[in-house]
Amino acid sequence: MDKKKIRVLVAKPGLDGHDRGAKIVARALRDAGMEVIYTGLRQTPEQIVETAIQEDVNVIGLSILSGAHTHLFPRIMELLKENKVEDIVVIGGGVIPEEDIYELKKIGIAEVFTPGTNTKDIIKFIQEKVK
Amino acid sequence: MEMIEKIINGDRKVAAKLITLAENDFNQAQNILKELYSYTGNALVIGITGPPGAGKSTITDQLTKSLRKQGKTVGIVAIDPTSPFTGGALLGDRIRMQDLSTDQGVFIRSMGTRGNLGGLSPATQSTVRILDALGKDIIFIETVGVGQAEVEIVKVADMVVLITMPGMGDDIQIIKAGIMEIGDILVVNKADKEGCERLVTEIEMMLDFNPKSKWRPPVLKTIAIDNIGIQELLQEINNHLKYLNESGELEQRRQESAKKEIFDLIQEKWKEILSSSINNGFLNKIAAKIVKREEDPYTAVKKLSNILIHSYTQGGMNK
Repeated sequence: MDKKKIRVLVAKPGLDGHDRGAKIVARALRDAGMEVIYTGLRQTPEQIVETAIQEDVNVIGLSILSGAHTHLFPRIMELLKENKVEDIVVIGGGVIPEEDIYELKKIGIAEVFTPGTNTKDIIKFIQEKVK
Repeated sequence: MEMIEKIINGDRKVAAKLITLAENDFNQAQNILKELYSYTGNALVIGITGPPGAGKSTITDQLTKSLRKQGKTVGIVAIDPTSPFTGGALLGDRIRMQDLSTDQGVFIRSMGTRGNLGGLSPATQSTVRILDALGKDIIFIETVGVGQAEVEIVKVADMVVLITMPGMGDDIQIIKAGIMEIGDILVVNKADKEGCERLVTEIEMMLDFNPKSKWRPPVLKTIAIDNIGIQELLQEINNHLKYLNESGELEQRRQESAKKEIFDLIQEKWKEILSSSINNGFLNKIAAKIVKREEDPYTAVKKLSNILIHSYTQGGMNK
């Protein structure tokens, strides 16, 4: 029997306190049979990357609504590279302008899901990426 | 083996990967775990158990911070329930341990129960050993929020801290069998809540009925979120460790656990052998007979067991 499970870290970097979106996504991924590690609010990039290593996750889902994504996302990608765990798929979600998405994808963010996204699309994306 | 060397030299990435392997493919992981075994046995393993919301994660967090100040390294295995319906899990114990996540002297692993009913995950024992080999001095196992009967933690931990809180029910709950019997140290958390004193008295009364045991579990009051009572709890952990060592009970408990582990592993092995050696067509034939009342299940199983035992003593078993 194949007992492999997709493990996802759902984290909220930065200082905004809005975690409803992150919780909804965490819940949806749980219901899709994944193991979701939820770490709560106000995580630093260092905390997120170290947690991802210890938990050996396949995916990091970052939720951010403060506008600081152009600063925080690149830092996380940098730390992943430094620790040689750049095989972890990183996705983002939140209020992120179209023109920034292009930049984020250039630095290796696999996909960005903006408000209104169906959770089914996120699940499908992860299942196809992690095989 | 290169992997072993890396783990005993403290490579947390390799340790994390091996834990994943132990969770996903235990048969394969055993090949590595058996090489790792001689590097284990140095850590003190402490189980933290109690009902959901009693404060297990917060107490584990506070204990870890204090131990870090003493220069001790800590491993934490934090278990949360896996959904029996979807197989998914939301592992949220880290929310209460945020300050620990960048401390290189601490390694935290969250796990889902994946079908286990005893309050632990199937790979808990393996994970404890991996963290032990990684060089952690103290390893906390935080069980799922338990109800009354999930007492598997006693098989893996050297000592068990049972955490409860006021407002969980009347005194009958305390004298019921199961969970209340396994704590070496009993903690009433959220001690600022109403009913705390009464609960402490009721627990003490329950303990009065067990005069035979040499160790009487101390009952402590904590308010974990404000770090109140944590030093006292650490002191009691030390006292208990001293008792375990001096009385020889630590050795005894570990031997008892080893016995249980052998038994569990053998059962697993035999389940595998059985499901691969009983022919499904044959099984269907007997089942049909049983349904038609031509045979009863008790006799059928007895006959089948005899056939199996016979076939193993004739050949396969000893090889």
